[in-house]
Amino acid sequence: MIAPRIWRAIPQRYRYEAGKCKKCGKICFPPRLICPACKSKEFETINLNRTGKVLTYTIIRVPPSQFKDEAPYAMGIVELDGGGRINTQIVDCDFDKIKVGMNVKMEFRRIQAEGEAGVIGYGYKCVPV
Amino acid sequence: MRDVAIIGVGMQKWGELWKKSLRDIFVESALLAIEDAGADRIDSMYVGCMTSGLFVGQEHIGSLLADYLGVASIPATRIETACASGGAAFRLGFMEVASGMSDIVLVGGVEKMTDVGGDEATYALGTAADQEYEGFNGVTFPGLYAMIARRHMHEFGTTPEQLAQVAVKNHENGSKNPMAQFPMRITVEQVLNSVMVADPLHILDCSPITDGAAAAILCPVEMAKKISQKPLVKIIGSGQATDTIALHDREDLAYLKSTVRAAEMAYKMAVKTPENIDLAEVHDCFTIAEICITEALDFVEKGKGGPFVESGATSIGGKIPVNTSGGLKSKGHPVGATGVAQVIEIVHQLRGEAGNRQVKDAKIGLIQNMGGSGGSAVVHILEGE
Repeated sequence: MIAPRIWRAIPQRYRYEAGKCKKCGKICFPPRLICPACKSKEFETINLNRTGKVLTYTIIRVPPSQFKDEAPYAMGIVELDGGGRINTQIVDCDFDKIKVGMNVKMEFRRIQAEGEAGVIGYGYKCVPV
Repeated sequence: MRDVAIIGVGMQKWGELWKKSLRDIFVESALLAIEDAGADRIDSMYVGCMTSGLFVGQEHIGSLLADYLGVASIPATRIETACASGGAAFRLGFMEVASGMSDIVLVGGVEKMTDVGGDEATYALGTAADQEYEGFNGVTFPGLYAMIARRHMHEFGTTPEQLAQVAVKNHENGSKNPMAQFPMRITVEQVLNSVMVADPLHILDCSPITDGAAAAILCPVEMAKKISQKPLVKIIGSGQATDTIALHDREDLAYLKSTVRAAEMAYKMAVKTPENIDLAEVHDCFTIAEICITEALDFVEKGKGGPFVESGATSIGGKIPVNTSGGLKSKGHPVGATGVAQVIEIVHQLRGEAGNRQVKDAKIGLIQNMGGSGGSAVVHILEGE
């Protein structure tokens, strides 16, 4: 029963759809039913920007099994321009070039293959600008 | 609310206990705690356990463990808040006795982690993070704490040597603890030269995979004075708090707000300040965690946790000894059992039973147990006679 779990995440994984609180402006990614900041239940749907800055990072050298072929790989927390934060892979970049504050853009990539059927999960990874 | 005492504690040496099952390691510790307490009955029990379902394929362990302890018919509930499960179970046991609902409550913790291989253990532990927005992209637990470490280094100049110093201190303490899984002393050079797991964290910055259990018996103070022959240890403060489950949703990536909040609750209930605390057991799942926790508990100002451990302030004989048991790092980290074993160390210290790792004149001890990357935190303060 993994198909519904994968397709219901498509608006976030493929289109970066987030909820922006109509009352206080907080951006929630993924969208939420109630704003954690002001408790409003009114949101508008927005798409997160595809550019941002690295706030922190690491190199994963002991990966989960579905990422075995890719290790070592870099991951970081990125603050997107205009709001919204994500924890994502940093690719197409030498590890020693990665710095806190580095500008990145998001690119649509294959993330992993899940379960025995190997259903491919797509999403975004970031690359240096 | 009634005053509550801890009258019995029990655990056996932790490690890779291949010959023993989850139920056996739990019952061994529980029987030791009952014997230590001198109790002739148990009215109710709580068991902290993160994921027996993923580690041994067994849920419903409240019933299983009450059955194998020979107390079936009493209420028995398993509690889960990831790696803070033991601390949360302890808080519920405290509340049940304090409220008057039950008199003698057993609080246990257990995790049997070596019945699965390394990949499955990594997956099981990873479920404590946000699976859809952290795990999906490939992050691991060492990876999340590595990101906290990188941010702490960036903001405050914390060094890999300071991180390593946490491991060195805790292994030094663990070398004096017969229960510890890895009781060997290590050096800063050994930590820095060990295999990198998630930069800047080496394998010797990480707590291990462990099988283990721990148990404690709680009852009202008035009853404790009649039953127990041991020095009285009271629970004087308790706090629990949550934070966003995903690390990236936190405004401040290098600050453990759930621990700050849980500690505020516990200090307030105990009417104590950080200056009153003689020693602490804290959740050093990774070396950076202990540095951030000493800041969150207000033992040292924010950003100064690195120099604090380097100065020896948190060593035995220092201003406030931290993790005299060896911590998760050296003693081991069977996730659901950890919070209860932390209680056991503080009880031994406050009773004056800690042998060659005894903190002189220890009267008030603090326990901090944490789940995930800080999504849950539990803090307790205990007072000896």
